[in-house]
Amino acid sequence: MSTPFLPVVAGHAEGAGAMIPVTPRNVPHHGGPENPAAAALRAQFAAAVHRVGVVWGGTTVIVERAQVNAIVRWLRDDPSQRYDYCSDVTAVEFRDMERAIEVVWHLRSLPFRRFLRLKALIPRGEALVVPSIWDIHKGVDWLERECYDMFGIRFEGHPDLRRILMWEQYKEGFPLRKDFPLRGRFSRSEQLRQALAQNPEAKYSMEELSIAEAFEDLPAEMQQRLSTGERVGE
Amino acid sequence: MGLSPRPDANVVSIDPQSQESWVTTRLDFLVNWGRANSLWPMPFGTACCAIEFMASAASKFDLARFGMERMSFSPRQADVLICAGRVPFKLAPVIRRIWQQMPQPKWCISMGACASSGGMFDNYAVVQGIDTIIPVDVYVPGCPPRPEALIYGIMMLQKKIMAERMADKSLRNEMEPDPTSQLYIPPRLIDELSEPFGNSVHQTRSGL
Repeated sequence: MSTPFLPVVAGHAEGAGAMIPVTPRNVPHHGGPENPAAAALRAQFAAAVHRVGVVWGGTTVIVERAQVNAIVRWLRDDPSQRYDYCSDVTAVEFRDMERAIEVVWHLRSLPFRRFLRLKALIPRGEALVVPSIWDIHKGVDWLERECYDMFGIRFEGHPDLRRILMWEQYKEGFPLRKDFPLRGRFSRSEQLRQALAQNPEAKYSMEELSIAEAFEDLPAEMQQRLSTGERVGE
Repeated sequence: MGLSPRPDANVVSIDPQSQESWVTTRLDFLVNWGRANSLWPMPFGTACCAIEFMASAASKFDLARFGMERMSFSPRQADVLICAGRVPFKLAPVIRRIWQQMPQPKWCISMGACASSGGMFDNYAVVQGIDTIIPVDVYVPGCPPRPEALIYGIMMLQKKIMAERMADKSLRNEMEPDPTSQLYIPPRLIDELSEPFGNSVHQTRSGL
């Protein structure tokens, strides 16, 4: 926790000969140059990389579900990759009941100005469980909770996997699944009764209500200021 | 249906022997005049209607002309709850608690299609009209309503306030839904009435 804060300059790892980024023109729908991370992943995790596709210039790597955590960690730590920002975690379910549910991670390498999309497939009939990458990118905390809330996909290793958009006692299921009716499963009056029965103040866990446990992790000067009774963040 | 108004709802009877002399009617007028021209709104803005509401409060449309220059961001000091925007089910207990925290006399304006009826959001997440949670005095249609429409709604509310009579004690009664009342609609009937038309009955588009 004592690493000094450094401003991030996008593309600073590309070196002096880096090109000024321009909007790409004439990008083919399928095919085109692959992200170099795809070849590196094939070399590093040969068994775990199932397929690589390039669509509209963006590279998608379909990987083995169980290996996601290791792959994301390697992509972050390898000096030639440095995917240090996970901008989105979501899932896709198709109307085709034969097609697998896809869990999607959007990774961005700020030093190299690269974008990589990782996908893991969960075939129909299998348990909707994927490893969490919360231990690598802390920012995916709420993204994984939202994905769990909307699709029912469990992220193993997430410290606090609860509903985030719907209330905690929500009983109707997972709203973005294809078998979920648009109006919900219950009648309007039952929905209203359940909604009014919830306690609006019972949404926060003890960790959210108290920063006491995080006190040791705070920077020294903030610890000093807080200990003198100053209130911050208001 | 079982829906008929209370027998005494619209009857104003003046008993010559009663205490309701011309002094109290003048007092009624004075109190109503004071209330109607110093309404303090509690804005409950959740969506785009709140932007129009802010425009109504800003200099061009200027709600202050009606004695509403003080937006009350605490329900304890508010007279009129203006619900501007859609209310999701997760906010339903919140808006009900805000309404319960407001002291009498209090009124409610439902601003826009979503607050009044759910609007285009006929889905699992949105309350189909805030009048299923709290009583509403004036509905302002529009998606979103222009500031003129909101101001017109407020003027209608002022008219309604001017017509109130202190002798009518039932105005300030806060009722929990009472199954024995004639105005009570059982949930089964509400579901029947709110049954959607046409294709939207079968919302599952995956063919399941």
